[in-house]
Amino acid sequence: MAAPRAHPPTLLPSAPAPRSLPVSPRGGAQHDDKMAQPPVPLKDMKLLDVKLGQLSTWLAMRDFTPSGIVGAFRRGYERYYNKYINVKKGGLGGISMVLAGYVVMSYIWSYSHLKHDRRRKYH
Amino acid sequence: MNLSFFDQFSSPYLLGMPLILPSLLLPTLLLPSPGRRWVNNRLSTIQLWFIHLITKQLMTPLNKAGHKWALLLTSLILMLLSINLLGLLPYTFTPTTQLSMNMALAFPLWLATLLTGLRNQPSTSLGHLLPEGTPTPLIPALIMIETTSLLIRPLALGVRLTANLTAGHLLIQLISTATITLLPMMPSISALTTIILFLLTILEVAVAMIQAYVFVLLLSLYLQENI
Repeated sequence: MAAPRAHPPTLLPSAPAPRSLPVSPRGGAQHDDKMAQPPVPLKDMKLLDVKLGQLSTWLAMRDFTPSGIVGAFRRGYERYYNKYINVKKGGLGGISMVLAGYVVMSYIWSYSHLKHDRRRKYH
Repeated sequence: MNLSFFDQFSSPYLLGMPLILPSLLLPTLLLPSPGRRWVNNRLSTIQLWFIHLITKQLMTPLNKAGHKWALLLTSLILMLLSINLLGLLPYTFTPTTQLSMNMALAFPLWLATLLTGLRNQPSTSLGHLLPEGTPTPLIPALIMIETTSLLIRPLALGVRLTANLTAGHLLIQLISTATITLLPMMPSISALTTIILFLLTILEVAVAMIQAYVFVLLLSLYLQENI
């Protein structure tokens, strides 16, 4: 009787292969988090990632030229547009938030006129 | 109590900067250009459907030469419609309540239609001054009347838009002041004025849309005569 044939190799290993820990470019050991932060220069970091102490340096390094400001407005517009309006099933909320913001801005702009309209005994 | 009911029409300024420009440019935020996809988002689809509707409606009576005005007339009606409707939101400023702005829109466009007619077909344009079939003794008087009516058209266009919107906003302010003032004294009358205010607001929405349409329709009619 021939020796029992070895089982054909299974596709899935019975135990997961040990994963190597991600090594940062700087060579130190790191936590095993999914979003390992690569080192980004301070200038390009997003506002929510900037530490408080670095805030003034970050602000000084931003682009305040006219094209930079226009670019900032354009990026903000694109973010809002792609999140709320340019979606498959957009609703009334996307445009209502814009209109509500416009009403609030108009109130702020005309406040100096409006503060004379309060109800009081003697105007 | 307002110091003056006409304060709502004063052009707003912030630290010396005129705010009429942001008020005029806000509709551009609400009219996004459609992307290059086959199926756009819902806002773009609705707006494109609407733009096609009004363009077809405006361009059907015009001949081929008049179709060059399609972009101008369509963008004009979209701008007037959006500015008028945005003015119904609380605390907002409506640029079309300013006579200066409406005359600046009406006068050059009317003049353009007149000059187009006088340049390309002068006899036909002058012939419009005398309707067909008038009795002979009436001809001089009628020509004077028709010339007056021709020259008063830009004034009528501008003032019509201004007056309608201003009157509407003023009525809303008056009736809402009455409602607020009557509320502690006679709540039932205050409820009646609230119902009137509600109906008036619906009327104002309709007026805002109709006035924009009438402005552009009359311009397209003047164009039809002259092109």
